[in-house]
Amino acid sequence: MGVGMEVVSESVASAVRTRAAVRTRGLRMSYGEQEVLRGLDLEIGHGEVVALLGPNGAGKSTTIEILEGFRTSSGGDVEVLGVDPVRGDEDWRADLGIVLQSWRDHAKWRVAELLGHLGEYYAPYSEPGRPRPVAVAELLDQVGLREQARHRVGALSGGQRRRLDVAIGLIGRPRLLFLDEPTAGLDPHARQEFHELLHRLADVDGVTILITTHDLAEAEKLADRILILDGGVIVAAGSAAALSREVAGRTEVRWCADGERSVHAAEDDAAVVAFVRGLLTAPGPAVTELEVRRSSLEDTYLAMVRHREGEPVSEPSTQRLREAPSSRSEGER
Amino acid sequence: MRGLRLGLRRGWITWRAVNTTREGLFQTIVWNLAPLIVLILLRDETIDAVGVSLTASMLPGMMAILVVFGVMGIAYYLANEREDGTLLRAKATPGGMRAYVVGLVVVAALDVAAGLVIVAVPGMFLLSGVAVASVALWLGLLGYLALGLLACLSVGLLIGSVVANPRTIAGVGMLATTGLAVVSGLFFPVQVLWGWVQVLVQLFPMYWLGLGLRSVFLPAEAAALEVGGTWRTLEGLLVLGGWAAVGLLLGPVLLRRMARRESGSKVEARRAEALQRA
Repeated sequence: MGVGMEVVSESVASAVRTRAAVRTRGLRMSYGEQEVLRGLDLEIGHGEVVALLGPNGAGKSTTIEILEGFRTSSGGDVEVLGVDPVRGDEDWRADLGIVLQSWRDHAKWRVAELLGHLGEYYAPYSEPGRPRPVAVAELLDQVGLREQARHRVGALSGGQRRRLDVAIGLIGRPRLLFLDEPTAGLDPHARQEFHELLHRLADVDGVTILITTHDLAEAEKLADRILILDGGVIVAAGSAAALSREVAGRTEVRWCADGERSVHAAEDDAAVVAFVRGLLTAPGPAVTELEVRRSSLEDTYLAMVRHREGEPVSEPSTQRLREAPSSRSEGER
Repeated sequence: MRGLRLGLRRGWITWRAVNTTREGLFQTIVWNLAPLIVLILLRDETIDAVGVSLTASMLPGMMAILVVFGVMGIAYYLANEREDGTLLRAKATPGGMRAYVVGLVVVAALDVAAGLVIVAVPGMFLLSGVAVASVALWLGLLGYLALGLLACLSVGLLIGSVVANPRTIAGVGMLATTGLAVVSGLFFPVQVLWGWVQVLVQLFPMYWLGLGLRSVFLPAEAAALEVGGTWRTLEGLLVLGGWAAVGLLLGPVLLRRMARRESGSKVEARRAEALQRA
């Protein structure tokens, strides 16, 4: 836990020194009457791996599309690598890697052919110490698609296709990589492999990564820092450990005495200890089945999701089929 | 310059990728063999009035149709690739949009070229009355085909960027193109049709492409069969050139407008729609 905190404060400090990779102030977005983002403030330092976590319809995709320059916000300031995405030119774009949820383009091309071709667009941006594009063979090894190099893209499984999308996102050696729900529709094994891939990336390249997910476990596993988005604003931010402490302050003491079950909620650790000591030393029937339980980040997040799902989904139709298996998409052509 | 080179490469890879799949190759060959067979079956017929062989007068029409259908293919590719995210990928890549547009044109040109190689070249040698040894014939042929390609490109881009659904283009678009081809005087003189139809078809590049190609292939006397009894070469070049200019000027604007609206959730929404249809 302590280590996690240090990493966070260090990267925050470096962000302040060198200017953040991503920064928004009062970002707003509405579709007609519906307000999806209501004054979003976020800041991501260089080299950070940040997860934007939130239930479906919280505005994650909208946020990331504004940052990618694919959508124009309704208000507020946005800066991505020092540039307002709306005014981002091709040079700016060359520093971004974008991995979307449901790309199924170039189905008839071969894997290595596609990577090789897309890499060529980045060659003019090569500089000493930062050769671009990344060599295709190296990248295929990295994402575990060496065997599939000669396969047609359309013949890849859902997980392989997603890894190819990541490879495409990385081919230009980006400074900033966006991953929008990268594991939606993957089976647990493919998801696991994908997580390992992302870990390797973050370690090796020092690339800044923004990943969106509605899965808390995934966010905890992958990100240095988690931003929880709900109702169009960031409701909590920090490392998984810090969030657990901050969001989940409540501790419950449950016990059974004389066949009667009781619960007591305590605000902090000292109170818990004092209460339990009192409970055990007090005269009266013997206490059995004593349980001290800190409500987890998960409890809090699940409560948030439940509250959210009672409401109409406020993003455009995006979210509807999020869980549809991606491998099916090839079948209908 | 770079965009051009990447676009050429992109177009070539795309075309090769399509035509190395069984369906792709099958379509390319079958669609093009049909007109060739028609030409071969009719090779001995002549139009008595001017002493021109019937097939020699049909060949230019078939070439014009090949060009037009090849370019309708652009509309289809465009709508399809908007749906599957190819266009968005181009947008996410530095310099990607420019290369994408060039690539589309290259794919259409290669489709047309494949058709010409399968139909027209054998046709020219098989049929009587085609002066295959004439340099003027080949120059005129290439000139008209290039100009016709550019002119029809405008129409293809226009349709592809306005009509979002690839299935609409495959159905309605192809039907409309076929209809236009039938009334454009490629196989029988337009003069037999009502006056307003004649005026209408002369607004589109297809009629003028067919006329221009006939003027290259057929002896001067055959001009008697055309409107006004001449080839109207200057008018034809103006109309074709006009459409080509419209395409070159308007195409990038339309594509940019279309691309600006692309985003991940748009692609995702269309995917969801496509899945529901399936």
